[in-house]
Amino acid sequence: MRELLARPRSIVDQTIGLLDISKARGDVFLNQLESRLVAAGAKVLRFRKPTFTKPAPVDLRHEIATKCTLVIEALAD
Amino acid sequence: MTAINKSVVKNPLSDGWSLIVKRECATCAMIVPVIARLARELPSLTVYSQDDPGFPDGVESVDDSDLAASWHADIDTVPTLIFRRDGAEVSRTAGWVRKEWRELTGIADLGAELPEFRPGCGSMSVDPDIVDKLRVRYGGETLHARRVEIAEAEDEFEAMFARGYTDGLPVVPPTPERVMRMLAGTTRDPRDIVAVAPPDLVELTIEKIAINAVMAGCLPEYFPWVVAAIEAICTDQFNMHGVLATTMPVGPVVVCNGPGTRKINMNSGVNVLGQGNRANLTIGRAVQLTIRNVGGGRPGEVDRAAHGNPGKLSFCFAEDELGSPFTSLSVARGFDPAQNTVTTFAGEGPRCVVDQLARQPEQLAQTFATCLRTVHHPKLPFAFDAMLVIGPEHARVFAEANWSRERLLTEINDRLQLPGSEIVRGAGGMAEGVQEAFKDAMLPKFRPGGLLLVHAGGSAGLFSAIIGGWASGALGSDPVTRLVAG
Repeated sequence: MRELLARPRSIVDQTIGLLDISKARGDVFLNQLESRLVAAGAKVLRFRKPTFTKPAPVDLRHEIATKCTLVIEALAD
Repeated sequence: MTAINKSVVKNPLSDGWSLIVKRECATCAMIVPVIARLARELPSLTVYSQDDPGFPDGVESVDDSDLAASWHADIDTVPTLIFRRDGAEVSRTAGWVRKEWRELTGIADLGAELPEFRPGCGSMSVDPDIVDKLRVRYGGETLHARRVEIAEAEDEFEAMFARGYTDGLPVVPPTPERVMRMLAGTTRDPRDIVAVAPPDLVELTIEKIAINAVMAGCLPEYFPWVVAAIEAICTDQFNMHGVLATTMPVGPVVVCNGPGTRKINMNSGVNVLGQGNRANLTIGRAVQLTIRNVGGGRPGEVDRAAHGNPGKLSFCFAEDELGSPFTSLSVARGFDPAQNTVTTFAGEGPRCVVDQLARQPEQLAQTFATCLRTVHHPKLPFAFDAMLVIGPEHARVFAEANWSRERLLTEINDRLQLPGSEIVRGAGGMAEGVQEAFKDAMLPKFRPGGLLLVHAGGSAGLFSAIIGGWASGALGSDPVTRLVAG
């Protein structure tokens, strides 16, 4: 088990990945979140995994880890 | 059965002649004059005595009371005479067969005073009371799992509960003796990695599965079925991660096919989906315990089921193939009737279908269709698979009309083309349903191949059972069939 990173003090200039797990209306929730985060000064990147029933593919996890400093996953409907 | 142990330990017998005996054996006692002669004429002879280093009288012997030589040389009968050359066994004979002993040793008049034949006795190294201990003593280095010590005063069953190893029922403590005995049920190396277990993505070895099979109460002969079922569920197609994590009430349902189901006395008849049969219950339980204890899939953690179902303790049964008018599930899925297979299906608990009046196949097909329509919701098409477990008395209706499996499935599916107007959201006073865009369409309840048919159950009762599935196909889970090894 890896240790959690320290929480950032501010989200300004952070690159936040929003992962849509492909559940119904998850995009509605994430759209709202994106507009709030951008307004607060963050940069937002959107990702989507193929189905909510399976873990995100390794490549997608790698891409998120490489490009983002924070990630938010929309878990359920 | 003990091949896994032998492969890792060098055979201790040296080149030349070896003879394994015990005093307690009447045949060994009878051939003492023969042994004395061999000792004179075969200079390389080493005599191993299992129970008394003073036996045979007048002949020097090696004390094998720890049974090391007997175990590693795979002795099951005494006396056994072995000849080895260049580190390999050339010949052996067990018991007293005068002709064989003469041919083997080249001594033409050996044992002239003895009868021609006398069977040997069981070797102490295969005595059921001690064989488990020997397996650990001489094969124990094949076990790699972390050892959990419990205090002497601790109740071992309570200790298993306290450490979180159980599904809520007591488990059999997996001692090294029991795990080694379970491993005798397979020829696979204990370190073989069978799969990667969700949700923690842990490499799942044969040994780890054997530990959980012991805990579940399996016999060694069930073990290959457990391994096959785990291979099946830990695939991308079956998607055990999702089946575990879902809020829906499903778990792996294991359907066993092939002549092996009868060899291990699985139940395919009365109370087939219920309690009472060791093989059915413990194979299914071993699968679930493995996911819990190795994969880390525990309820309330990654297992988020809103309700779950009692089958998540264990849900495994055999198809009644011999009494079925239909081809079996495994044959329908491309396997041979002589092959042993497991088919895993992500399913909820079963429900009963009653129709005691239908005598025409069309009537009964309509009953099945009407009941199957309600799987998860009568207004939800295409999203979920289902398994119909048809009872023998219902099957007879189709047998008398010469309906095949394919005919029956086609007739049911034909009756399950749902008019969009009936299943759009709001129709029938129910909010649930498909989007308005489908109101003029005809939508099938099941995707092609999404309805599985199995013949099982008691011979009395005009009933069948429906096991509802989960999100089907690449989105969720596909049924997966695997061959059972050995």
